[in-house]
Amino acid sequence: MQNAVKGKDGITRYLVTIKVNGDEYTRIVKANTLLVNFLRDELDLTGTKRGCELGDCGSCTVLLNGKPVDSCLVLAVEADGQEVTTIEGVAGVDGLDKIQEEFIKNGGLQCGYCTPGMIMSAKALLAKNPKPTEKEVREAIAGNLCRCTGYVLIVKSILAASGQEMETYYE
Amino acid sequence: MSLLPEYRDPSKKKEYAVIGKSKPKIDGPEKVTGAAKYCGDLKFPNMLYGKMLTSPYAHAKILSIDTSEAEKIPGVKAVITHKDVPSKKYGISPARWDENCLCIDKVRYVGDKVAAVACVDEETCYKALAAIKVEYEPLPAVLDYRHAGDEGMPNIHEEYPGNINTEIHQEFGDLKKAFEEAYYVRKDVFQGQRAYQSPIEAHCAISMWNGNKLTIYSTTQSTHYFQYYIAREFDLKMGDVRIIKPYIGGGFGGKLEPTGLEFNGAVLAKITGRPVKMFYDRADMFYHNRGRHQGTYELTTAVDKNGKILGVHANFILDGGAYTSLGIATAYYAGALLPLTYEFDNYKFDMYRMYTNLPACGAQRGHGAPQPKYAFESHLDNIARDLGIDPLEIRLVNARKPYTTTVNSFDIQSCELKACLERVAELSDWRKKKKEGMPKNTGIGIATGAFVSGAGYPIYRNDWPDASCMIRMNEDGTSATVYNTTVDLGQGSDTVICQMAAEAMGYRYENMRIISGDTEAGPMDFGAYSSRQTLMSGWAAKRAGEDIKRQVLNMAAAMMGLPPDDLDARDGIIFSKSHHHPTKWQPLTYEEVVSQYCKLYGPLIGKGMYKVHATGGTFKGAAVGTSPAYSFCVQAAEVKVDEETGEIEVLAFYDVHDCGQPINPMLIKGQVHGALYMGMAETYWEEVHFDPKTGVCLNPTLGGYLLPTALDMPKIIKNEIVDSYEIVAPWGVKEVGEGSTNPTMGCFRNAIVDAVGVTINSTPITYEKVWRALKDKKEGKQPAEIKMPPPPANAAVKPY
Ligand code: FES
Ligand code: FES
Repeated sequence: MQNAVKGKDGITRYLVTIKVNGDEYTRIVKANTLLVNFLRDELDLTGTKRGCELGDCGSCTVLLNGKPVDSCLVLAVEADGQEVTTIEGVAGVDGLDKIQEEFIKNGGLQCGYCTPGMIMSAKALLAKNPKPTEKEVREAIAGNLCRCTGYVLIVKSILAASGQEMETYYE
Repeated sequence: MSLLPEYRDPSKKKEYAVIGKSKPKIDGPEKVTGAAKYCGDLKFPNMLYGKMLTSPYAHAKILSIDTSEAEKIPGVKAVITHKDVPSKKYGISPARWDENCLCIDKVRYVGDKVAAVACVDEETCYKALAAIKVEYEPLPAVLDYRHAGDEGMPNIHEEYPGNINTEIHQEFGDLKKAFEEAYYVRKDVFQGQRAYQSPIEAHCAISMWNGNKLTIYSTTQSTHYFQYYIAREFDLKMGDVRIIKPYIGGGFGGKLEPTGLEFNGAVLAKITGRPVKMFYDRADMFYHNRGRHQGTYELTTAVDKNGKILGVHANFILDGGAYTSLGIATAYYAGALLPLTYEFDNYKFDMYRMYTNLPACGAQRGHGAPQPKYAFESHLDNIARDLGIDPLEIRLVNARKPYTTTVNSFDIQSCELKACLERVAELSDWRKKKKEGMPKNTGIGIATGAFVSGAGYPIYRNDWPDASCMIRMNEDGTSATVYNTTVDLGQGSDTVICQMAAEAMGYRYENMRIISGDTEAGPMDFGAYSSRQTLMSGWAAKRAGEDIKRQVLNMAAAMMGLPPDDLDARDGIIFSKSHHHPTKWQPLTYEEVVSQYCKLYGPLIGKGMYKVHATGGTFKGAAVGTSPAYSFCVQAAEVKVDEETGEIEVLAFYDVHDCGQPINPMLIKGQVHGALYMGMAETYWEEVHFDPKTGVCLNPTLGGYLLPTALDMPKIIKNEIVDSYEIVAPWGVKEVGEGSTNPTMGCFRNAIVDAVGVTINSTPITYEKVWRALKDKKEGKQPAEIKMPPPPANAAVKPY
């Protein structure tokens, strides 16, 4: 890592450039700066939540080069030169993404704190598997904890976004 | 007056325009795009970050605190100890204010508050905390509530000798006689665990001063209680304290009381003259806790030969932790809500809530009721088995009927418990499964529950309205904004309140806006607890909506040349009920009428309020647990147990709820699923563990405290509501979100017994416990019995 500078406080800082939602941002970060904090504190992208900072809850899920990751487990320096998509990058200028629409329509959210992470995991799933089975949906969001919904209507929303109905839930 | 519920009277059955429909959540778009700001997402110019230093000992004297090293660290702006904060004790239950902003002479649990810092960033906070030197003299700790009251145990609070926090003894009817005359009497003892609300959003508070005015952004379930308690602590006028609730990431009871974050944050903000953001990390959450009380529950019930309950003795002991929190109410709720579902005339309730050197317990979803209900539903199944009665039938025999009064003077109006039982039986094919039997190692269990739709009395004594609401029309009539201080924790109150307001106004949901949870913007409402908002805040919204409609119809009457009585509004259109003509008396739009009104008279504002009628009896503690109305529900679960591993698979789950008339069916379903999820997890997995020697929490992470994932949910879920209408409620509504937690643990436990015939009388019913019980059974060993601890030595009254 050549772009390092040592501050007066004796701490080495690094120049990183991360492409977030299509735009490149260059910032100076410490070695221990987490990607989640980089997004939230440096870029004010607070849609990415922090629930545990230990990789347990998934509320900080973002896409790193298209793959879902817990951004609390990624260092900002590791993301240098990479591409990140956050929840703020999901909706287009012409409206919400289909997944977002279905979450609203099917009651896939309550407090909404897990929602950005859920949607990012769903986004990654549907990108590589447009017609997932219910089991695959559940597996894809198994790293995202939700304390409100019991996941039922979340699974329903994601399946609906893939044009499918839920098999195991009867209304 | 006819008491015939509206829905039963076909002539009155109305097609509503807005309520009863699964309208999308009003906050949906903001939440799915990440635009919604939660407390931790907020930033203010010049803002500092604050954190608290907590005790490493469960019980210790504080000998000295040296903050000098911490103060020297660059970026540390303030370090405070008890000397810098008010020494007035606070709490949420006025009968026991027992907590200090920062501990003065001793700490009472691992995690108790000792000092606090404000720094330029989070990282510096952690450095500063590590540099504070505290000298402690460890004291013997009380870590087992079952022995907290024993002779010779260390005393945790001087004011409460013998560590008794709350002692309750209530008796109704003649229990002795009931027991003597009974056909059968059975006693069982059950045990519950400490569970934790575990909202995914951690607590956070941002405090700032402007002169003598204090503003706090907080993760709160009640802006009003925070305003009141914070004003009290700092001797401020209520009007000088502004509490703002941004979006909240779940509460489940854990965010109902102000914490050290608000009090110490306010002091740090005052000292530094800058906004201070205080926050808990995940481990802090577990230590602050205020989750489900653990307890031991002894139940003795007398029945006749048909299984009809003649009398019940409930003898309970709870682990309260180091402080009261909402625990007095929890202690009362534990016994007071038991008589809701079944009718019996003789009842005795004894309760001790003990202080221990563990984090304080408070009000978790279902407040005080779920563990006792689990115990009672398990106990009732045991009785049914002894008498050879089907579990469904024994519940039908005893089920409460509408318009009855419980043994402890709770007035029930609507109650469709029987209908819920019958419907669950149908959905689950109960009778067929019982007749024909189920595959090996599979079983089905059933249980009932009931809950309040709002507490009959506020937490601190006052005679303010329980709820109030204001609606202002945008001048051109294209939108209407609700102002109140309800709290949407995710349950959807903002949505439901707007639906109700729009219905009352004859307006459109899609044009409703809401500003809730800012004490300076909206009139007083006690907030989100005891499942109160749909009924109570709903009344206020309905009345405010009607107030708008009255003014709009008056204005329209003048414009149309018709009497106001002849007009009505629906979907934003004002029309004559009797005058139909191709050109005259044409309907007007809300836009036309409101514009005209505002041009002539200025702002168009509607207001409404609600105050609960007097509820409950006159005996000591009679008020606690009362409500204007009670919901009822029945659940059944089908499980399969793996004989080799003890693993439990949930095959199907059924829930039928009497929640009055529904306002938003989709949100009701979401509440039931969430309650099922929590109840199921409390049955099998969730438990906050402490080192029995040190009181250190052993699993303060979301990986250590097991929340189910999407893969762990039941294969089949069927949930429905029955036709019901509550006469004291706006449009006949009742609660749904908390009541659904009540039957869950009991029905799962009963299903496990049905599947494999082993009884495990303590939760969580872990796979390991099941495996051990199966092994013991094979080896012909008797399962270890749970014993009721003796009453505390210092008890004023002993149960027998
Ligand atoms: S905050 Fe990253 S997984 Fe919880
Ligand atoms: S909606 Fe609240 S945590 Fe998922």
